[in-house]
Amino acid sequence: MFDDSTSRRKLVSVSGLKMYFPIRGGLLRRHSGDVKAVDDVSFDIFEGETLGVVGESGCGKSTCGRAVLRLYDLTAGTVLVDGIDISTMGQGALRKIRPVMQMVFQDPQACLNPRMSLADIIGEPLVEHTRLSKADRLARIYELMDAVGLNRDFANRYPHEFSGGQRQRIGIARALALNPKFIVCDEPIAALDVSIQAQVVNLLEDLQKEFGLTYLFISHDLSMVRHIADRVAVMYLGKIVELAAREGLYRDPKHPYTQALLSAVPEPDPVAHDTANRTILKGDVPSPSNPPTGCNFCTRCPQAMEICRQLDPEFREVEPGRFVACHLFNENETAG
Amino acid sequence: MLDGATPSVLDVKDLTTTFKTRVGAVHAVNNVSFNLKAGELLGVVGESGSGKSVTMMSLIGLVPSPPARVTGGPVMFEGQDLLTASNEQLRKVRGARIGFVFQDPMTSLNPVFSVGFQVMEPLRKHMGMNKTRARARARELLDLVGIPDAARRLDDFPHQFSGGMRQRVMIAIALACDPKVLIADEPTTALDVTIQAQIIELMKDLRDKLGMAVIWITHDLGVIAGIADRVLVMYGGQIVEHAPVRDLFANPRHPYTRALLLTVPNVRGERAQRLRVIEGQPPILRAAPTACPFRDRCEHAFDRCSRENPARRLVGPVHDVACFWDPETGASSDV
Repeated sequence: MFDDSTSRRKLVSVSGLKMYFPIRGGLLRRHSGDVKAVDDVSFDIFEGETLGVVGESGCGKSTCGRAVLRLYDLTAGTVLVDGIDISTMGQGALRKIRPVMQMVFQDPQACLNPRMSLADIIGEPLVEHTRLSKADRLARIYELMDAVGLNRDFANRYPHEFSGGQRQRIGIARALALNPKFIVCDEPIAALDVSIQAQVVNLLEDLQKEFGLTYLFISHDLSMVRHIADRVAVMYLGKIVELAAREGLYRDPKHPYTQALLSAVPEPDPVAHDTANRTILKGDVPSPSNPPTGCNFCTRCPQAMEICRQLDPEFREVEPGRFVACHLFNENETAG
Repeated sequence: MLDGATPSVLDVKDLTTTFKTRVGAVHAVNNVSFNLKAGELLGVVGESGSGKSVTMMSLIGLVPSPPARVTGGPVMFEGQDLLTASNEQLRKVRGARIGFVFQDPMTSLNPVFSVGFQVMEPLRKHMGMNKTRARARARELLDLVGIPDAARRLDDFPHQFSGGMRQRVMIAIALACDPKVLIADEPTTALDVTIQAQIIELMKDLRDKLGMAVIWITHDLGVIAGIADRVLVMYGGQIVEHAPVRDLFANPRHPYTRALLLTVPNVRGERAQRLRVIEGQPPILRAAPTACPFRDRCEHAFDRCSRENPARRLVGPVHDVACFWDPETGASSDV
């Protein structure tokens, strides 16, 4: 369905994005190093699609999502949203653009103010960014509650009265309030039970169709990302190691890390489990404040070569629409 | 590989746990019965609030009472009823004959003591070892669970370990006294998939090497499929289905199990256009169950389901289900 992705309009365009957090130590709080949470990441998101970002904890996927919305001041790189460069924009100007880009957070308990009623929470962006009258605002709040499947009678209740799944619906309604084009969903289902996860994912899909939304869907759940995303980016230690259309990535993962990650996902089928040939990675993810020389994955890669320990592989297009950062594919290129 | 003749190491009958709260009682566990055979790995699946953790905590006296009240029983383990055992007796069982691994290794390890001290603690308390012997054994244990450079790492503190390594330490502590039964409560939920795969391999390996029985509590059907011999499915404080793992996945009988298997997307095979949804919310267990806890979310529910709580009935040699509905005929069983 997205084969002609090159001709589609880019809604979000990120290039060379870097987000370093300084480490300060000693008496004078001297700058002694950086946590390279996101280290030179580039990707585009086309209008109306869902780009999934997967990776293990600490790989920088959430930081990446927040940096794209300029919740941080970027270390380097440019971010274009709807054709406007927001990478160095000041807070005042940024505020005017905020309605276009919104966010749904992981923990619906922590991101809803316990002292605000549901109507106040959903209505807050309307108060901040629009000049609607009280009656119009309430009408809009009801409209949003209908859209996410919350009963209108709940408008005056408080967050603690709702279950996790319902709270996540409140968070989604708030994100939708200003008719955004682009929503970053940061692990929106991680805190929910399996049977509730499906409800929220289906809701996100319905809303995407209805309002023509574009999602950046961040998750560590590879099977859920396979379900919801059109294209998928795999991150490891601050870098995107592979970016491809969903089907290709899951059917034929190229990067050794993607292969290992997919083979590590336990499958709900005991027969397949007994016959599966698993790659089990050794060791842990290195610290992003002190990444290894060369390829970030070389310390755990089952196919690491000499060059991997010296040279950081380039993130390049190996097939149309398919990007991989691995020396294995550079070699093939030169050999063939 | 496990037949009916294998002796049970743990036999639980009609375990019920109720919590007193300000807004009334919560019936967290209702009439749960199961047994655990020597050397087997029993998986327990269910959503949050289904009672899977409380069941295991109740049977070895780890729920605070009050507010909890544990009734029913007996819970037979090595010839004694754990429910009537004194605290003194229970203390000899816990950590020695029955080991535990909890979900979050950071909160279960004490940050102010070295890892070596914490692995040595059960050895000195339960086995009466002296410091030197306990230290040597602790080093062996850390080796066993795959912590590199064990001798040096004994003096490190929990914060110096990664999540996966901390969970290995927890497993080492649980195994310290060579337990008969290991209860692992969501041991891989807080870990990344690649680390989870490591821990699962380690546990399978240790089970084969040491021959203990394991109860593995999780909400992840994928993990269960890969590791369990038999599975208990819990919902609303009850066991709704019990079967050998292959049987459960090939031929699920309870509507909840069936729905659960369908809602979970997969990384391989066919990709569903739309996820199947179990509508509604899990029940809040305010009263002792007089009806099927799943009836409000069940697509096969009929009047009898809200009049009567279905008892577990056998549908195969070791497969039982608490449901009136029959998936083969589509008919409800007789009144």
